Amino acid sequence: MSAAPSGPFKVYVPRDAAALGVGAEATAQAIEAEAQRRQVPIELIRNGSRGLLWLEPLVEVATLAGRVAYGPVAAHDVASLFDAGFLHGRPHPLAHGRTEELSYLKNQERLTFARVGITDPRSLEDYLAHGGYRGLGAALAMPPEAIVAAVTASGLRGRGGAAFPAGIKWQTVLGAQAAQKYVVCNADEGDSGTFSDRMIMEGDPFVLIEGMTIAGLATGATRGYIYLRWEYPHSKLALEAAIASAAAAHYLGEDIQGSDQRFDLEVRMGAGAYICGEETSLLESLEGKRGQVRFKPPLPALQGLFGQPTVINNVITLASVPIILDRGAEYYQHFGRGRSRGTLPLQLTGNIKHGGLVEKAFGVSVRELLYDYGGGSLSGRPIRAVQVGGPLGAYLPESQFDTPVDYEAFAAIQGMLGHGGLVVFDDSVDMAAQARYAMEFCAIESCGKCTPCRIGSTRGVEVIDRLLADENAPRQEALLRDLCETLTYGSLCALGGLTPYPVLSALNHFPEDFVQAVRAQPSA
Amino acid sequence: MNNTENKPPRRVIPLTVERPSTLSAAQQAAVREVCARLAVLPGALLPILHGVQQALGYVPPDAVPVIARELNLSVAEVHGVVSFYHYFRTTPRGRHVVHLCRAEACQAVGGRVLEAHAKRALGIDFHGTTVDGAISLEPVYCLGNCALGPTLMIDEQLQGRVSTQRFDALMSGCRQGAPREVS
Repeated sequence: MSAAPSGPFKVYVPRDAAALGVGAEATAQAIEAEAQRRQVPIELIRNGSRGLLWLEPLVEVATLAGRVAYGPVAAHDVASLFDAGFLHGRPHPLAHGRTEELSYLKNQERLTFARVGITDPRSLEDYLAHGGYRGLGAALAMPPEAIVAAVTASGLRGRGGAAFPAGIKWQTVLGAQAAQKYVVCNADEGDSGTFSDRMIMEGDPFVLIEGMTIAGLATGATRGYIYLRWEYPHSKLALEAAIASAAAAHYLGEDIQGSDQRFDLEVRMGAGAYICGEETSLLESLEGKRGQVRFKPPLPALQGLFGQPTVINNVITLASVPIILDRGAEYYQHFGRGRSRGTLPLQLTGNIKHGGLVEKAFGVSVRELLYDYGGGSLSGRPIRAVQVGGPLGAYLPESQFDTPVDYEAFAAIQGMLGHGGLVVFDDSVDMAAQARYAMEFCAIESCGKCTPCRIGSTRGVEVIDRLLADENAPRQEALLRDLCETLTYGSLCALGGLTPYPVLSALNHFPEDFVQAVRAQPSA
Repeated sequence: MNNTENKPPRRVIPLTVERPSTLSAAQQAAVREVCARLAVLPGALLPILHGVQQALGYVPPDAVPVIARELNLSVAEVHGVVSFYHYFRTTPRGRHVVHLCRAEACQAVGGRVLEAHAKRALGIDFHGTTVDGAISLEPVYCLGNCALGPTLMIDEQLQGRVSTQRFDALMSGCRQGAPREVS
């Protein structure tokens, strides 16, 4: 590899929470101390994560040939990296060559995550230098109807889980008459197995701010809220820093880039309630109430926050808007298949060798994700089940691993893509325990408004316990299936409505884990 | 006929007798300060409860009537919100709070084993505090670190790939002071 460009050596150490959780702070400090000791001038940049999380802390060095990756770098590896000449991109046992050439990254289609891991999330200049705010520039030159039309034409659907077309929501808000409208970002990323929202907020917060600003221009909303879960303190810091610099540079506030258009933005913290990821209970929570689900209608688009017309979208949905406005609806729409257009940031998690973030156009199969990207299980044992779509998603057995990532394909196997998380389990998993946990989780997190969810989940745990204790197992199984039907059709929202997915998929695909009596019967 | 002037003065009989507050003067002042600073926000209750918990470490039950009065809400409404959200606690916490992830992605890499170990090693169940007052243990459902579990958060410091040995090391670090971080 060749020498560094002129000036101090540029060294990148992520400040993403996942990287910090495995020692990135100590690594960064060790690099600074070692450079000082050797009197080598370096510029330490705290970027977001590239999403190759098994290599974190992933240290990169800028060379004339591009950025070179080393990882995972612990603090005690730092001296040997300096000895090996890592500042010049030279070989070392932890070296992986040019970051861009790593197959994990190279074969992705990074649209929403284009800048994550590359730029400094605290630097507006860096954002602008990497194509940031071009989408807003385009939007400022368009009438609101045209912005909404572009989002509709892109085929973008809600990435939070429900997959409702974003453009249609926006159209409804645009058409509503009110003195005050709102844009609310759902950053209550509570699904286990997901962290793409967090990576965007920590790695490229400006793209979310830009997306929300465009949503404001498109619908006539002048106030925005980001409802962020308390579990993400690092995201809060990143967002608040980015909001302050965007406001200082007139990308937020009363006169956005001299357009005479206004948009103000604020971060609000949740307080540990999974249900607040459901849009109507999120709005209740933002209003300072218990996060109980609302009846629909009225739609939030017409009577949302404080009773006013409200655009409410997930982080990834809003962060995908800038590139649509920048490159055009056709560009975005060109990715994907069927009615699932564009890309989905998938998260490979749990018992997986190469866990991380993979942004791909819709159509990639679960098997490709697990083995081509994920490299199989972390434990080295066979992968037995994969839960897709969070705690309300189905457990897929090996026979369903060829299912393509596509909203309709997942619906067809009684599952859902949700927020794009894949949680991998090896053959040591007890699927009956997973089914019981799904009911237990529903009981803990139920908002209590509707009976099937509030009571049914507790009864569900009890029925599974009796089933496993073999107390007249066939009857218990029938009762469990009946209860699941009540939950599916009788619940007010997706929490109660979808809890049967993990329960029944475990029961149907892995009956051998339940009881002898059940094993004898062919599953439905 | 005009007998209003002859009416005896109206007596107000309180439905419940207000208990004297157990809050210290400093706690009272902290709650009022948070309310004064944040009550202007639309939907101010959650920011206020966060503020109180940040200032006092928990939301004392006797802070509830104070907050209710400031926001012109009923005590029941405020209590309902405090009790709805898992994050708000109504009892004092230890010097450090350990939030241990119980969700599926951590389960897939030994989360259940870690959970059992944590309870045994600390001698407490979830929501409990060690006898030396050093550590409170709370469950949490996903910390967004699902590729590098099992995960826990000590105060605001995230820790991934937590083995049982590492857990013990982290806890002895806690007993010597350490964490907090962020903000």
